[in-house]
Amino acid sequence: MPDDNLSLTAKREAAVAALADVPREPGAKKPDPILVADDVKRHFGGLLAVDVDHVEVQRGAITALIGPNGAGKTTFFNLLTGFDRANSGSWTFNGRSLHGTPPFKVARAGMVRTFQLTKALSKLTVIENMRLGATGQRGESFWRAMLPFTWRGQEDAITERAEELLARFKLDTKRDDFAGSLSGGQRKLLEMARALMVGPELVMLDEPMAGVNPALTQSLLQHVANLREQGMTVLFIEHDMDMVRDIADWVVVMGQGRILAEGPPETVMSDHKVIDAYLGAHHDQSLAELEEQLETGTLAEEVAAELGQAPAEAVPVEHTGETKDGR
Amino acid sequence: MQKLARCLGALLAGLAAVLLATPAVAQGSGETIHGTLTYQDAPVAGVTITVSSADGEEIGVAQTAADGTWEVPVPGPGDYTVVLDAATLPSTAPGVARDTIETTVNSQQRKVVLFRVGPPESGEDQPSPEQTSPPGEGGEDQPPGDGSAEAEAGEDVTATAGNNQLLQLFISGLRFGLILGLAGLGLSLVFGTTGLTNFAHGELLLFGAVAALLINQAGVPILLAVLLATLLSAVFGWGQDRGFWRPLRKKPTGLIALMIISIGVSLFLRYLTQFIIGGGRETYDQYTYQDPVEIGPVFITPRDLVIMGICVALLAAVALALTRTRMGKATRAVADNPALAAASGINVDRVITVVWTAGTALAGLSGIFFGMIQGVDYLMGMRILLLVFAATILGGLGTAWGAMVGALVVGVFIEVSAYVVPSELKTAGVLVVLILILLVRPQGILGRRERVG
Amino acid sequence: MDWGNILELSLRELIGVQAIVFALAAIGINVQFGYTGLLNFGQAAFAAVGGYGIAVIVTTYDMSFWLGLVVGIVGAIVLALLLGIPTLRLRADYLAIVTIAASEIVRLVGRSAWGRDVFGGSDGITGFSSAFYDLNPFTEPFEFGPFQFRERVLWVLVVGWVLVAVCTLVVWLLMRSPWGRVLKGIREDEDAVRSLGKNVYAYKMQSLVLGGVIGALAGMVYSLFQGAMQPDVYATNFTFFAYAILILGGAATVFGPVLGAAIVWFAFQFIDLALRGAIRQDYIPSWFMDANDTGAVRFMLTGIVLVLLLVFRPQGILGDRREIALDAR
Repeated sequence: MPDDNLSLTAKREAAVAALADVPREPGAKKPDPILVADDVKRHFGGLLAVDVDHVEVQRGAITALIGPNGAGKTTFFNLLTGFDRANSGSWTFNGRSLHGTPPFKVARAGMVRTFQLTKALSKLTVIENMRLGATGQRGESFWRAMLPFTWRGQEDAITERAEELLARFKLDTKRDDFAGSLSGGQRKLLEMARALMVGPELVMLDEPMAGVNPALTQSLLQHVANLREQGMTVLFIEHDMDMVRDIADWVVVMGQGRILAEGPPETVMSDHKVIDAYLGAHHDQSLAELEEQLETGTLAEEVAAELGQAPAEAVPVEHTGETKDGR
Repeated sequence: MQKLARCLGALLAGLAAVLLATPAVAQGSGETIHGTLTYQDAPVAGVTITVSSADGEEIGVAQTAADGTWEVPVPGPGDYTVVLDAATLPSTAPGVARDTIETTVNSQQRKVVLFRVGPPESGEDQPSPEQTSPPGEGGEDQPPGDGSAEAEAGEDVTATAGNNQLLQLFISGLRFGLILGLAGLGLSLVFGTTGLTNFAHGELLLFGAVAALLINQAGVPILLAVLLATLLSAVFGWGQDRGFWRPLRKKPTGLIALMIISIGVSLFLRYLTQFIIGGGRETYDQYTYQDPVEIGPVFITPRDLVIMGICVALLAAVALALTRTRMGKATRAVADNPALAAASGINVDRVITVVWTAGTALAGLSGIFFGMIQGVDYLMGMRILLLVFAATILGGLGTAWGAMVGALVVGVFIEVSAYVVPSELKTAGVLVVLILILLVRPQGILGRRERVG
Repeated sequence: MDWGNILELSLRELIGVQAIVFALAAIGINVQFGYTGLLNFGQAAFAAVGGYGIAVIVTTYDMSFWLGLVVGIVGAIVLALLLGIPTLRLRADYLAIVTIAASEIVRLVGRSAWGRDVFGGSDGITGFSSAFYDLNPFTEPFEFGPFQFRERVLWVLVVGWVLVAVCTLVVWLLMRSPWGRVLKGIREDEDAVRSLGKNVYAYKMQSLVLGGVIGALAGMVYSLFQGAMQPDVYATNFTFFAYAILILGGAATVFGPVLGAAIVWFAFQFIDLALRGAIRQDYIPSWFMDANDTGAVRFMLTGIVLVLLLVFRPQGILGDRREIALDAR
């Protein structure tokens, strides 16, 4: 898809304008933050995986969270969404404190996430996956479930909404297929579409582009950009700086659990701290090779390509036993 | 389940008797007297049971079937006398608590009459063979969940040991825990390296115990039989991994499927054992009973001292092997993270095979030790399995250290708890504690939390 | 050997009380394991609680049969809560081990001399079923082809199959509702479902309770039929049997448990009678096996069939391979 689609729209201009005066420094205050986190810490044994002093996410903008593997990005996501418990800290969403809130309540509050390893429910059909996303379903109560007439009407409405979304994500032809039969990219799309069924204000995407056929990435980016057009706020984790440059209004860089830098994409990418963070993850490469890459400007792609392939398990920080029993 | 099978048998016999043999009864209201004769959880077959009416007229005679069930149709409601002919009891059963039972049958009732096979009289006055064991033996001599008469009669004989009772129980628990630790190592390491929760692990103990028994019965002296059976266990473990579990892992098969497959394996091995050695309890021809010697304040048999010594030596050897040898370190690496271990050049399959081989050998040996102490029967594996699970979970699944520590804790706890808990409920006590600990400290026992996303 | 007779007796087991009991137990496990992915290895405990509910209330405390029914059901709910609270947040195999431990606890306490005054010790409890049989409307035995039943058995069969039908209907209704969809989602990946705003813990608990209550019904039917509540019936093999039946019929299918139970008890009866016949006629040499061994053979077969099914046809007879949870986790 051509670049002009991704570049200038009214919403994007508004977001960029709102962030124009924000200082380019870690923990910068935003004019209209939807998510504010303070002093969030998470230890794994002796290791401080997340140590975020202060971060704010601007409403209506697309914010990218980048950093080398093991920087604590996913762990930070897990903490914010209640999937992991922070050792200390506090954070608010729309002014409401979410510390200690279980994941399902976080989602109901309007903060919905996706996962790095796609969690499409492969033994349900695509449409069932979508329907599952809808909140406040009467038929999800045990007693009413046995009385179909109490939930049939609502179910029809949900199905209609689901089909609209599927059409938008070009999955309508797969409606009745098992989700397990979809390709990696289609699963990512399905997961994103399913998250929208919840009706979120803030969509948190964990590496939406990871493991996706490169031919599909542009279309995925387009979908991410569209979320902002529909008035949602997006926070997403990404390795590939190029992707980030194309669609992000603001970039937050993490390294070793801390926020290293913040700013618009162009500013951040020239920040030496950011380059150091990535180089830190690359110490096994020869210096000459790195210099060459710096000169040719391919470092970002190279880093992303390699990190995209490297299994997360190989990194001690984010690995906490997930392959332990093969799951 | 065995009881269920028997009840099923009774039902079957009842149906057969009622519908075929005595059509007249089928037309009537169908009162019967029936029951199941067991001793130490095994059916007792071929025992004659006579039912007479209140006025002494003989109504019918039944012989207990292979599954211990018997049934006598009676003409209608009323009082009946049921007599078990103790002379027809097989030699394995010591007698019957009461050979005559009077009962009242109501209209349309299928009345259950149960004879308690065990030492004659009530069982308390005349100790069963197990109860003559020395103080401190009180423990495993009544395996948890064992035959009714025995379990009920078998209240702590250790109570006579006076002031030293607690210490005596502690030693007994140490012995139990050490043998349990031997059994738990294999379970824990197999779980750690393959993720398999092996419900057939109890049958690995059973395999060792039965192998030693059969070799022993073939005339080989017991010490040599122990050695051979342990070797056989190793071969059995090796073969099981190479011939069965490895192909399944390659297939690949999900962990839950593997778990249920292990249940199938466990059922098969357990009842194959019953098929081979029968439902009764067998003993080795030596070392089943010894006079205890007095060491300081406690009594202990030389056999138990040797067993405990061997256990300590083996546990230490395994610990050393895990920390010092290349293979041991590789094992821990695989248990920690199979993918990473494989990526760093460790031959994961070989490690798993070694774990299976060694784990099964140790489990087999611990089965032999249990067999020496409490006899060999086909249900012993199942009985011990839950305790092994409890031990490995308490210590932390997947680690060798956890298995050892957990086993000692469980062993000592189960024995010492006999001080306050009726001995028949010792196992239940341990399991309750297991659940409580999971409730209070799931994370601590789980070891590590899993990453989301 | 009288094959006609053997076949006739075996056919009778197709719809016999054993089939009912294990169909109910397996329906319960189907809700928990088949649809939700919860490994409840303690179904025997739920059945035992159901059976004890009636037996203890009626015989020990001399109270109403109907109160006994209520106590049995409430007991199963309480047991499910007790087991679920500590384990439903943990990995699947922890629930498995805790539930199997619980079923042994229930059995050991039930058969103990310590609790004999209440639970009747290892002999169990009798004399609680008269209220149930007083309700029996049948006065004539039933005969239709091989299906010949005395009126007492007929009454149990009718009540039992009505229960199976109701439970099957409930499962059918639930599993095509949004509620069932959440359960299936949890079976697949509970974190995904959590991220969509569902209270996974509550759903798992509901599933555990529902399956446990159905399991309690199984225990009630069995003990009423036997006229006795014997703790050793509810050993761990009871649960494993129900699993074998469920997987044979097809996990996560509505009719799988019922079909599996009918087939298994038919096959058991047939094998048992055929073996006994063959032994009696000396077709099988007595040094190899005698009538004592037929029970063991049955369990060996169960084990082999369980293994073969999971290796070669994990979806069972009715299941859709793409839909079952066995390859997960």
